Amino acid sequence: MKQITIDPVTRIEGHLKIETDVEGDEVKAARSSGTLFRGFEQILVGRDPRDAQRITQRVCGVCPTAHATASSLALEDAFGIKDEVPPNGRLIKNIMLGANFIQSHVLHFYHLAALDYLDPERVTEVTECGPQVDALANFLRNTDGAPFEPQYEGDYRLGPEISTDLCRDYLDGLDIRKKAHELLALFGAKMPHNMGTVPGGSTKKPEVGTIEKAEARLKEISCFINNRYLPGALALVEAYDDYFEVGQGVDTFLEYGGFYLDKVGEVPQDAPVGLLGGVFSLDDYGVEDVDLSEITEEVTHSWYAESTAGHPTKVKTSPDADKEGAYSWVKAPRYRGQPCEVGPAARIMINYSRGNEYIKGRMDEIMGKLDIGLKDCASVAGRHLARALECKYIADLMKDWIEELEPGAPSVAKYDMPDEGTGMGVTSAPRGTLGHWIEVKDGEIENYQMVVPTTWNASPRDGKGRPGPIEQALIGTRIEDGDNPIEAARIVRSFDPCMACAVH
Amino acid sequence: MDNEQECCSVIWLQGATCTGCAISLMNSNYPRLSNLLLDEVVPGGSISLKFMATLMGATGDLALEVLSRAEAEGDYLVVMEGAVPTGEDGRYCMVGEKSVADQLSEAAPGARAVVSVGTCAAYGGIPAGEPNPTEAISAAEHLETEGIDTPCLNVPGCPPEPSWFVDSLATVMLFGLPGPEDLDDVGRLKSVYGELIHDNCPRRADFQNGHYARHIGDEGCLVEVGCKGPYVNAPCPNRGWHEGLNWAIKNNHPCIGCVEPGFPDLMGPFFEKYGPEESEEMYRRLK
Repeated sequence: MKQITIDPVTRIEGHLKIETDVEGDEVKAARSSGTLFRGFEQILVGRDPRDAQRITQRVCGVCPTAHATASSLALEDAFGIKDEVPPNGRLIKNIMLGANFIQSHVLHFYHLAALDYLDPERVTEVTECGPQVDALANFLRNTDGAPFEPQYEGDYRLGPEISTDLCRDYLDGLDIRKKAHELLALFGAKMPHNMGTVPGGSTKKPEVGTIEKAEARLKEISCFINNRYLPGALALVEAYDDYFEVGQGVDTFLEYGGFYLDKVGEVPQDAPVGLLGGVFSLDDYGVEDVDLSEITEEVTHSWYAESTAGHPTKVKTSPDADKEGAYSWVKAPRYRGQPCEVGPAARIMINYSRGNEYIKGRMDEIMGKLDIGLKDCASVAGRHLARALECKYIADLMKDWIEELEPGAPSVAKYDMPDEGTGMGVTSAPRGTLGHWIEVKDGEIENYQMVVPTTWNASPRDGKGRPGPIEQALIGTRIEDGDNPIEAARIVRSFDPCMACAVH
Repeated sequence: MDNEQECCSVIWLQGATCTGCAISLMNSNYPRLSNLLLDEVVPGGSISLKFMATLMGATGDLALEVLSRAEAEGDYLVVMEGAVPTGEDGRYCMVGEKSVADQLSEAAPGARAVVSVGTCAAYGGIPAGEPNPTEAISAAEHLETEGIDTPCLNVPGCPPEPSWFVDSLATVMLFGLPGPEDLDDVGRLKSVYGELIHDNCPRRADFQNGHYARHIGDEGCLVEVGCKGPYVNAPCPNRGWHEGLNWAIKNNHPCIGCVEPGFPDLMGPFFEKYGPEESEEMYRRLK
């Protein structure tokens, strides 16, 4: 048995080490290790509860608005104002979160993941590809190619034409993700870390001009998603269709649901639009409602005192860097004791099975074309495909939300903050499903717990020795060249890990 | 690229960070990120981004080899994103079996300068907030502790707006390291951070006319709902964010002072007005 280690895993958010035990060329065991701890849950204690909005966003610079959304829902719950948020406030929160999804998904496909499949040198074989790609080709001819090169050696199968398209879209995608941030900033002041989401809604009343500017940007973004991102993702998974058989992980998938305009702060599993929640099992293709009391975080193999383990309303975070048997700063969340995969693949399968017409119609078409089944979403290729389809779905939903805004009408509820309260905020986030739990005492934060998407996906083993989803997805993988473990890197990146989120 | 270009290697390290500073730089507009990577940053000067975990093609050992090679070649700038955790021998932040504290100690001595991007690297930021569970410190504090005299330039903000970073980088590339006369007392370029938000605030007239917001959502001057603009130096009102599209106060949200040392502790509660003592203390610091 030999060990293959990838440390650091680059082109993700944050600090991740992957260790694998390999026999022959097959991975027998894997350990996923989050290697940065900052202590947000401790830093939040004793502060003004409203500050949680601004501070929890800083957990993550890629998906801060997901934390702003979860935090605002938790505070609205704790303050008893969740039914008082005006329609503009809810719409704006959805628009901002949607824009954050688009930014994050485009960034992941092109700027984080694409270099696992794409050898940019291929563009030097093609001439006259437009000024941006020509500049890239010229750059690659005349320099060492940093930061794009060097890459692992491996099977870069995409020919010069597709490679050129992907390089063009890598560069154009930088602008598209920027436009998504601009769209968000129209309502949220700036990105990363918006200054708009607050308990009760959003600080800024929408104006006619804001709506026009948002619509115009969304049109450009949708055009890119429809004509470049989704077709590009399809082309990539067609070229790598064997990767529908690589990186399958655990059998249970979880999503609380998000983007609703009513039933805020609950787990609405039957709302007409948005991302529906549920627990999906590959054993019987059944979907159940989520029971949030069944979530626990275990710390047997995480650097925390045992007192940190349990339901998020019942525990406080207490790090222990010397803990025996621990190998990660990520806790191990479990649903009814089971590890669960979260993220776009989970959501596509859950929404398909729940009868979300939009998702079902488009997935049927894609599955027919690629000759795959629903379960194939949970694979390296499937995760990229699911993320691209979800990106299109959210952009289409955003069009309606922007049109529904009422210029000049209030966007925030006025309230007096109570001294005591408890609150829960759950939402969809780009990388999966997100929950914040707060306890307020004497007007200050008494406890704050976050169970974040990548906490689920990158979790270490639990007390029963069951691996987390990324670890499970690595087991059974064949690594052709131990010095260039590109198969393992592709599996890990297909989850779009966000380690600053996972540990916080 | 012709040979008369001056090309400066950049090693971008990440400590206790959320990657928000890197993501913010990706929002740079004229120059775009693609211009910064592929073309010139300033006339006759370009950068070569050798190491940056967020974007680089290499991963694992290959990425660390790239880092060692760039350090051995010398003549580079270090960009430090994120605070430096020093508790538990730095084990709160590890990269390739090495603490980020050691990573910075190894890279900094050979660097022309360390550019601390973001409030975490510049002053400790949120990771250093009470009770500072990881004993996080700024890059400059770490270098001082280690006796490394490489000069530091601070580009704070949570995150900094991309032009604040690009201006700071371009200034170093054009004119070399800024002298003490170009920097304020917390290590920032005066040309970028030299003005008080309150002095340039578009709601200054509301302040003077006594038109104050009493609740979040009200229009008017936001000092009564906690705006820290009177104590904060940043070009937000002049430049805006996203090419002037919006910024906190324009969006009716009080400034939370994310560019200043002591953020978040000294700036919180974000939605409460300072009492007279805190206000006095902040004004004292400004002088």
